[in-house]
Amino acid sequence: MKMKNVLFVLLTLFLPVAASAQQSADEVAELRKMLQEMREEYESRISDLEERLSQAERTAQEARRDAEEAVELAEETAIEQSAGASGANTFNPAIGAVLVGGYSNVDEGWEAIPGFQPAGEIGTGDEGFSIGEAEINFKANIDSMFYGNLTVAVAEEDGEAEVEWEEAWIQTTALPQGLSVTAGRFFSSAGYLNSFHFHADDFVDRPLPYQAFLGGRYSNDGIQARWVAPTALLVELGAELNWGDHFPATSEHEDSPDAYTLFGKFGGDVGDSHSWQAGLSYISADAEERSGGEDSVDTFSGDSDLAIADFVWKWAPKGNPNQRNLKLQGEYFWRSEDGTFAGLDYDEDQSGWYVQGVWQFMHAWRVGLRHDRVDADSGPLFVGTELEDPGRSSHRESAMLDWSPSEFSRIRLQYNRDRVRRETDDQWFLQYIFSIGAHGGHQF
Amino acid sequence: MFRNFALIFFLLIPFSASALEAFVCEPEWGSLLTELAGEQAEITVATTAFQDPHSLQARPSLIAAVRRADLVVCTGADLEIGWLPLLLRRAGNPKVQPGNPGYFLAADHVRRLEIPKTVDRSQGDVHAQGNPHIHLHPRNIERVARALGKRLAEIDPANAAVFQSRLADFEQRWANAQREWEEKARPLSGLRFVAHRPSFSYLADWLELEIVATLEAKPGVPPSGAQLASLLEQLSANPPVAVIRTPYENEKPSRWLAEHLEVVGIELPFTIGGTEQAVDLFSLYDETIRLLLEAQE
Repeated sequence: MKMKNVLFVLLTLFLPVAASAQQSADEVAELRKMLQEMREEYESRISDLEERLSQAERTAQEARRDAEEAVELAEETAIEQSAGASGANTFNPAIGAVLVGGYSNVDEGWEAIPGFQPAGEIGTGDEGFSIGEAEINFKANIDSMFYGNLTVAVAEEDGEAEVEWEEAWIQTTALPQGLSVTAGRFFSSAGYLNSFHFHADDFVDRPLPYQAFLGGRYSNDGIQARWVAPTALLVELGAELNWGDHFPATSEHEDSPDAYTLFGKFGGDVGDSHSWQAGLSYISADAEERSGGEDSVDTFSGDSDLAIADFVWKWAPKGNPNQRNLKLQGEYFWRSEDGTFAGLDYDEDQSGWYVQGVWQFMHAWRVGLRHDRVDADSGPLFVGTELEDPGRSSHRESAMLDWSPSEFSRIRLQYNRDRVRRETDDQWFLQYIFSIGAHGGHQF
Repeated sequence: MFRNFALIFFLLIPFSASALEAFVCEPEWGSLLTELAGEQAEITVATTAFQDPHSLQARPSLIAAVRRADLVVCTGADLEIGWLPLLLRRAGNPKVQPGNPGYFLAADHVRRLEIPKTVDRSQGDVHAQGNPHIHLHPRNIERVARALGKRLAEIDPANAAVFQSRLADFEQRWANAQREWEEKARPLSGLRFVAHRPSFSYLADWLELEIVATLEAKPGVPPSGAQLASLLEQLSANPPVAVIRTPYENEKPSRWLAEHLEVVGIELPFTIGGTEQAVDLFSLYDETIRLLLEAQE
């Protein structure tokens, strides 16, 4: 009985356990199944998500590419639009004007240099305030082959405005092998200073040899051919034919030119700070009854040969001229004229030279010194004519100070100790030079 | 005597015509051309880092160099307006005239900043076509490189493949370098600087520098004492990190202002050769960023 009871008790104790063991096994299986299902579900979800993620990445990449392309396109459009221009005035030439004038204080001026036939309008100019000369310039490429330049100078003469064709030329731009041809009215390339406009000069007036031998400047009405050699140093050779009548030439023959020029220019650098240019030129003119102006009575007929040697040296620290720079230049002129003057046989030589230095000592401020002289040499036959030998050289010393707040304006004070006439003349000049419009070139 | 003649004769002998002869206005384009053309190009550079490209003269050696050139590479945007047109007219070389493949202006290929609404000379040396100092933004270099690569192939088709592969190589290296520079220059973003002139506008645009003032109120017009004094007063409450200038700009005013503000004045290389370390485009950028970071510390 006791055993039975014990068994019963044990059974009653264990039965539920056995039953629950059966139950647990079922639950585990179910749980496992659920887990399996969940895993599968998650895996599929994850791969789905992964798929979507990579899809999104691809889209983002494409979007970025599109955006980059859009930026690129926008930028290109902006560049194209900023580069382009249109309108009726698109092809207008570069237009510039230069206003030159000032005040001069001269005791005894001169209009001719003793011993020289006056070579046009030279001399010390008007006393007092004068508006001088205004210059208007147009330049542009004509087409793919030619470049054109027109400069008109307006000056007042005897109360009336006079308009002069200072330059009117075309130039080739498409000739091969360093060749170019200029035709029309142009400044001769002879000498150094000659091809510059007056307003680009470092002094108020041109050096005496320029005034004595070329009337300040030699212009050609004709044609020029130039050749630049394919070398490291600049080697430029050229020739000009002149049909015009600018001193020393006259234009008596209409079919053939009465004057020609040969010139050579050479130049280079020495390190970063120095550059130089040297030139040799020769002007030959066949003059016919050449007069020294309205007041002259005597004329010259014959051959006029002029040789010019020129040299320029420029220095700037490390080649940067903004603060300080130095420019030294000099030219030597030698002329032989052979023919008749005032009906008398005439065969004489003249010479002249100048040296000058201009020192920019600080931004906008420059000082300059110049010495220029010419020597006439005529025989005793010509006493009483324009060619009467003064028995001495005509010379000057000049000093200038100028201020250029920008490259478009300049105000200059100059003193000349003038010994062109027998008496020394102290001359003072105050000059202004202003340019408006197109940017000019920085010619060496 | 004979030796002298021999020397002169030697100097007159034309250069060998095998390589592509290039005339380059500013050193940065010389470096870019070296990257793209390598041995194929013989390059004459008209200016150094110490010369103001605005104020150069059409000097004889440059006429001779343009005469020999197959290709002229310049900045454009009127930077060289005072001398490049003169050189082109004097040299008598049709290959490099505007409109021909031999005439390449870098600024035509980038988006220019600071294009003025109106231009008048009373504003100083303003550039109607926008700021021409485009080379201190790497994206501009990249664009110019691509255009120049194309142009080289046009001028010298025989070497087109060489130019193509050199361009691809350069673009790769440039893109990598640009990433590095941007990483390195991150601390510079938003910093304030004073510049002598608007020479660093593209650099500032790229690195997000703030150019709070320029010494020259009007470009090309040197600052007066009074202008400097008023700048000093204006800036002393909130001084900039540094006063920056190019090697060709007058150091005096920027040194004065930097001293009085008790900040550093830095001469950045600006272009190749501006400092000893800046020997090509890559080192130019390296140096520029290094010097700016130095100032910031």
